[in-house]
Formats: sequence, C-alpha cells, structure tokens
Amino acid sequence: MVLTNIESVPGKTIVEHFGLVSGSTVRAKHVGRDIMAGLKNIVGGELKGYTELLHDSRKQSTERMIEQARQLGANAIINVRFATSSVAQGASELYVYGTAVRVQ
Amino acid sequence: MEQLIIFAVLITLGYTAGTIAERKHYRSINARESNFLNLPAVTVKNALDEDAEIEKVHLVLGSVVVSIDYFKRFLAGLRNLFGGEVKSYETLVDRARREAVLRMKEKAERANIILNLRIETSSIGQSANKRQALGSVEAIAYGTAVYLKKKG
Repeated sequence: MVLTNIESVPGKTIVEHFGLVSGSTVRAKHVGRDIMAGLKNIVGGELKGYTELLHDSRKQSTERMIEQARQLGANAIINVRFATSSVAQGASELYVYGTAVRVQ
Repeated sequence: MEQLIIFAVLITLGYTAGTIAERKHYRSINARESNFLNLPAVTVKNALDEDAEIEKVHLVLGSVVVSIDYFKRFLAGLRNLFGGEVKSYETLVDRARREAVLRMKEKAERANIILNLRIETSSIGQSANKRQALGSVEAIAYGTAVYLKKKG
C-alpha cells in the first residue's frame, strides 16, 4: 500500500477512486510520563516519552486507515493529511485521512 | 519566604539547564542539516521533470515534542503583562520544527527529493505549575519521498 501526500502517485496512473478513508486514535497520557514531563518542564528539552507516545498513536491511526483502504480494494492512498487535537483533559486524538485509489 | 527560595532555585535551574540544552540541540541541528543538503524538501507538488523515471515513492513523517524551561516560561509570563514578541518561545518552536524536518529526512535517506512538505505544530500538555502557560509543543513534518531510478 503506497501512501503519498500529493494528488497522485508519481510514475503511476490512477484507474479507480474509492473515496475518503481515515483512521483515528485517542490516547491518554500515562501518569509516569507526565511526572517526567513535569520535571522536563523545568529544564526544557525534548520529551521523549511523549514523542514516542504520539508516534505510536500516529502509526496505529495510519494502520487503521490502510486497513480501511485495503478492504475497499485500493492499493494506494493519495493526499494524506494529519491532524492532532485535544479532546479531553490529558487526551489527544490523532487523525489521519486520505483518498483511497487504485493505481497501475 | 520558602516559596521565594523554591522559585529562585527553579528559575536558576531552568535557566542554566535550559540554555545548555538549547545550545547543544542547535549545534546538533546545524550539523545534521548540513548532511541533508542533497535532499531538498519542497512545498510544491510538481517539482519533478516530465520524463523523470521513478523507482518508488512513499510517505515520510518526522515528529518531536519539545518542552520549555521554567525561566523562559517566567519571561513569557512577564510578556503577557506588557505585550510584544515572545522571543523565548520563538526558539522553542523553531527547534521543534527543524528537528521534525530532520527526522523526516532521516527516514528518507536515499531519496532524491521530498514533495509537498507540510509542517504542523500543536501544543501538548500543561505546564508544571498548572497555570495556562504553554508546556510543550509538538511539531510534525511530512511529505512524499521520491526515489528516482539511477542513470547509467
């Protein structure tokens, strides 16, 4: 399954469109990580715990989107976009969406 | 009195550790950026030649969450009283974005070009002292990495 964030797959032609596919995950933070983040908030720097957390959630959302596209019979997803938003105290939703197509 | 001492300790800790960490991070960013001068990341979708031979294409994504130190947050709080540019946060967001773009390029090491680069930032978490000040920033950078067929 090829993913691109432009309107085509370079080098291939689109033969069929299946419409919008998307995947989302809502993740809440972990108390241990949050304490570390609280400490890091004093000295600054990268929050590795949060980076990994968000990275894994994003990967999971992308896999859900790919699964949805595969069920429609697509073999590529074009125009992929990412969005992050906070939904509750300490939880954020990671949303990935794109257009599923079949290319040759 | 105790509270004032704790505050002074946090401020000093934040200032020293924060400045050291920031300088180290910038040095690392500059060094790695010079490694990737051959891999341009453009924001347009059609930067390829008409007859370019493409070997493969895939989506690449880099992300990072960077937090700000206590001293800078204190400065920004003062700014809130008087208005104006918040320079202390500018370096935070700049570091986060450049780091995200570098991580994205590291995933596409042998690509020729990255098309349609998009960068998004969002604020994550609350600060340690539960006021409304910004705690940390997440930056993601994503684009389509294109590998051209080698000539010859």
